[in-house]
Amino acid sequence: MPWRVLEPLRRSPALAVGLAMVAAWLVTAAAAPWLAPSGPTVSDYGALSQAPSAAHWFGTDEYGRDVLSRVLFGGRYVLLIAPAATLIGLVLGAAIGMSAAYFGRWVDEVIMRLLDAVMAFPIVILALLALTMLGGSTGNVVLVIGLVFAPLIARTARAAALVEVRREYVQAARIRREGPLYVLAVEVLPNIRGPLVVEGTIRLGYAVFTSATLGFLGLGVQPPAPDWGLMVAENRALLTSAPWTVLFPAGAIAFVVVGFSLMADGLRDLEGR
Amino acid sequence: MTRFVLRRLLLLGVTLLVASVLIFLMTSVMPGNVGRIVLGPFASDASVAELNRQLGLDQPAALRYLQWLGGVLTGDWGRSLTLDTDVLPLALARLGRSLLLAGYALVLLVPVAIAAGVAAGRRPGGWFDRLASVVGLTFGAMPEFVTGVFLIVGLGVGLGWLPVQALPDEGAGLVTWLRHLLMPALSLVLLLFAYLFRMVRTGMRSELAADYTRTAVLKGLPRRRVIRHHVLRNALLPTITVIGAQLGWLVGGLVVVETLFRYPGIGSLMEYAASNKDVPLLAGCALLITGVFGLANLAADVVYAWLNPRVRHALAGA
Amino acid sequence: MSAPVLAFDGLSIAYRRRGRWHEAVSDVDLAIAPGEAYGLVGESGCGKSTLAMAAMGYLPDNARVSAGGIRIAGEDLAALDAEGLRRLRGGTVAAVYQSPGTALNPALTVGEQIAEVYRLHRGFGHRAAWDAAAAMLERVQIPDGHRVRNNYPYQLSGGMQQRVVIAMGLAGDPDLLVLDEPTTALDTTVQAEILALFEGLRAELDVALLFISHNLGVVQAVCDRVGVMYAGELVEEGPAETLFHDPRHPYTAGLIACIPDFDAAGRPLRPIPGAPPEPGERPAGCVFAPRCPVARDDCRGTRPPLAATGPGRASRCLYPDDTPAVDRGAGAATGTHAGGGTGDAVLRAEGLHLTLGGVPILRDVDVTLRRGETLALVGESGSGKTSLARVLTGLARPRAGTVSRSGRGGAAVQPLQMVFQSPDGTLNPSHRIGFILARAIRRLAGLGRRAARERVPGLMRAAALDPALARRRGGQLSGGQRQRVAIARAFAGTPDAVVLDEPTSALDVSVQAAILELLRGLRDRQGVAYLFITHDLAVVRHLADRVAVMYLGVIVEEGPADAVLGGPCHPYTEALIAAVPRGRRRPSRPRLTGTNPGPAARPAGCPFHTRCPHVMDICRTEAPPRREPHAGHGVHCHLEIPALPRPAG
Repeated sequence: MPWRVLEPLRRSPALAVGLAMVAAWLVTAAAAPWLAPSGPTVSDYGALSQAPSAAHWFGTDEYGRDVLSRVLFGGRYVLLIAPAATLIGLVLGAAIGMSAAYFGRWVDEVIMRLLDAVMAFPIVILALLALTMLGGSTGNVVLVIGLVFAPLIARTARAAALVEVRREYVQAARIRREGPLYVLAVEVLPNIRGPLVVEGTIRLGYAVFTSATLGFLGLGVQPPAPDWGLMVAENRALLTSAPWTVLFPAGAIAFVVVGFSLMADGLRDLEGR
Repeated sequence: MTRFVLRRLLLLGVTLLVASVLIFLMTSVMPGNVGRIVLGPFASDASVAELNRQLGLDQPAALRYLQWLGGVLTGDWGRSLTLDTDVLPLALARLGRSLLLAGYALVLLVPVAIAAGVAAGRRPGGWFDRLASVVGLTFGAMPEFVTGVFLIVGLGVGLGWLPVQALPDEGAGLVTWLRHLLMPALSLVLLLFAYLFRMVRTGMRSELAADYTRTAVLKGLPRRRVIRHHVLRNALLPTITVIGAQLGWLVGGLVVVETLFRYPGIGSLMEYAASNKDVPLLAGCALLITGVFGLANLAADVVYAWLNPRVRHALAGA
Repeated sequence: MSAPVLAFDGLSIAYRRRGRWHEAVSDVDLAIAPGEAYGLVGESGCGKSTLAMAAMGYLPDNARVSAGGIRIAGEDLAALDAEGLRRLRGGTVAAVYQSPGTALNPALTVGEQIAEVYRLHRGFGHRAAWDAAAAMLERVQIPDGHRVRNNYPYQLSGGMQQRVVIAMGLAGDPDLLVLDEPTTALDTTVQAEILALFEGLRAELDVALLFISHNLGVVQAVCDRVGVMYAGELVEEGPAETLFHDPRHPYTAGLIACIPDFDAAGRPLRPIPGAPPEPGERPAGCVFAPRCPVARDDCRGTRPPLAATGPGRASRCLYPDDTPAVDRGAGAATGTHAGGGTGDAVLRAEGLHLTLGGVPILRDVDVTLRRGETLALVGESGSGKTSLARVLTGLARPRAGTVSRSGRGGAAVQPLQMVFQSPDGTLNPSHRIGFILARAIRRLAGLGRRAARERVPGLMRAAALDPALARRRGGQLSGGQRQRVAIARAFAGTPDAVVLDEPTSALDVSVQAAILELLRGLRDRQGVAYLFITHDLAVVRHLADRVAVMYLGVIVEEGPADAVLGGPCHPYTEALIAAVPRGRRRPSRPRLTGTNPGPAARPAGCPFHTRCPHVMDICRTEAPPRREPHAGHGVHCHLEIPALPRPAG
């Protein structure tokens, strides 16, 4: 049995590497209070803008805050935001997409037109608009990312469900007068699990991407919170004089998104076989 | 064909109308008081109410929407709250610079991604396929500002090859412009490369496995002719619509890249409007960007329809 | 005898799966003389398509020739370099495939795809190749080749597309044409036209054919010599006339006994027990021994050689004289069963109209299905058969008309069930068979969860399924087993009627025979009525009490099976009967002219008038009246009853 769990990892090195990277981040983010040399907002006024050294592995920023500690604690925001936002998008998107596929005709038409209109906005623009008006907070960021992802996931869910809805076993269920809820939950959902898992993994990566971008634009959590994107934005003027204050949070973002990207790619490959 | 374009234009109009409602809802009706958002938590209630009255926010939402839409259609996009200028001329001027950057990125992106996708799709699992896939997976997942930071530190600060400022001095020649814009453009290109590359590669693989390709091989055609004459045109056709969809990411990326590189385009203008709570400016920028994005998608659809014999004939018959 | 155009010399081909090599084709010896038509028959997985690809030197990457060799026009394929192979393909050997729709490049005109061959293999210039393409199109009986060459494949019907593929193959002036199931994807009327085309081309051109098909009738109609494949081996070979009448191998005899014969309807079908062995699990002795009714002990130990059994004939059987004789059928009796079609109506539909996306699919259709009877619904693809089934079962809502189902179980229980064509999509791949059937029993028999679960084994046995399979999922079953589960699901309650939508057309003939016998048994035991949708008139003869013939969304004829198939009948029915491949007896004329215009372009007046050999002026403008040559037998045609055609018997 343990071998069967590991089998996909053996078949797809990308999945294994990606999973390891994401796991490393999960562990360090969860254990940040124990791993970090100091608190994320603790200033050491004796060590302002110092280059990486034995005392401060990632150096310090202009307020003397330890960059390593801030990067470690910063991982916790993403840890919360990305899964919660993806879950909202997944549940909402799957429900919308599957309903559109099942009911078809005018229901499908209206839903798709609405989704098209929402998707006429580039995602970042939409999130930027909404967050400017709602105000940046963790809850709002989760909600907004979840809502802007829902149409994209709905499209994937609809495409996958359309194939299944036309299959003979769904027709057989309708002939024996099963209700829409039964057909969608028992007949359709188990068979579009694969595409939904792949889409969910892709979206997890993009949730990290989007939340980092929103942080960079100053629309996410507010200073002095150690959000990675926010750290890059705050310190970008120091790029030439103290590049470590920017490079390490940027590297952290890169590490996590690449981890998710490799995972999604591995899953997609396995799914395609 | 003309009818098709007109129909698509009509559809775009409908989409933009719905989009304008969405923008209006988000900027004017959503929970939250515009006056309060603009003036901040320390302003007095009286001054908030006064601003809301100035902005006409005490009137019913539907009426305000119609007034705003009427203004939009007649070229009066309102006045910026913080920059003491009309929204439309400012946004248009900035849009021009953004289109220059976006066009530059596309010119770099499209040929490279297509060539790489074709090469990788011809030999799946080969060294080039693996290399390009890893590059794509890595940069395709990274936000533009992260890539941009790496580029600045590497090519700008470290090696000193490229200028860190995106906007050159007044009166600079074309070469200088292109040198200055290269890093911002590259940040966008690296992000978009992965998706386009993957689409072309997948297209190549599935068309190479198609029945008609077997037919072409069994007709005794040389491999080069099979690929160029039979496979490529079927494999590349869907990428046109993909490029259209890519423009959405490109436009979204402009906000980030222009902010990072301090380039005065419509993206950084929008960032400015957002961080300074300049609501009319924000709404105007969003509408303009959405319109441009919609037009780009439409252009991609039209080119696709024109190149696809099946669609072309259906349209000619219609 | 001159050198063969194609020779397999002791050829074995192996596939690599999960790191192990399995032989798909073993020790095949076969030679095709110039101008000869050689047929290769067998069920799926027997290796016949692998041989077709081998003849083109085109094996997949995970396959290799493990023994023996292939010679084409005297040249050893293994000795050829890439350039030599390229010259051979399309020049000396050309291929025609099963699905013409995907075999043609969607982005190029058909003319360009043909002209390309002329330029490459015959050295024609652009202009000359383009003109030759038009000439070749006309040669394969596409009128107006000058216009058609500018068309893209999607603008042509399936039959026309296949003609284009044939034209493309002939353009290189090949010595050998490899045809891999060339008519399987086509309607029988179109199939008859293509078969006639081959006949004509063979008389005109000196081209040999390797004709691969699962359909014995088709092979008999086209080929001089036939080889029978089983489990990767060529088990019997001989002239087409004698081989099917006097088989010398028990597998050949078994295959013939599986196939419903249009001219011997009374003969019961005898399925071959068991299933063919998987590659890699083939028995040591005779590959057919485990399923052979006359196998002896030594058959299981010794691998029989392909030995001559008569002039031009050979069999891989140790005891060819033991081969059971072919049952010619008792006589004229049809498949009519006692008590069929005497009861009250269980299903009555009147004045059905159905439109999909603005296209009229059904027009004023009346159907009555009486208790216990089997009504066959026949017609070409696009005639509206499946749409009618969807309306009757409630899956589609008609624009006008009524459907009344008067069931034994009242309105609460759906009295009408359905079995679908594709065994692949019929079972939900996520659920176990036990779950699927228990759910159907709960819904259709109104039982509780426990009671339903206890009923599952009995239901499975009734469908001749091992109850142990209840733990499996659909993907772990064979196509025939899946179709049995689908039948069991339809019979989970006590249905009054079951719609069978081509339930065997995707199955091999030996599996089809078993399913047809199962359906016949269930009908006789449970008194259920069937609405049997099929394109196979031999199956209709075998099973149906009544027949309804559909064309472009209307029923043009309906009545007792004997009366309809025996005539006088509608001109369209006559064409359908004429298209049935019946061995060496060439399909009788007149064949249909033109192609099916499709429901979107349904002609006015009688919808069939554009293709009818008996067309008169009135047909173009006025809908035909209903004539009644026998009681209960209606024909919608302007011809007077004595003038109605009678199919050749």
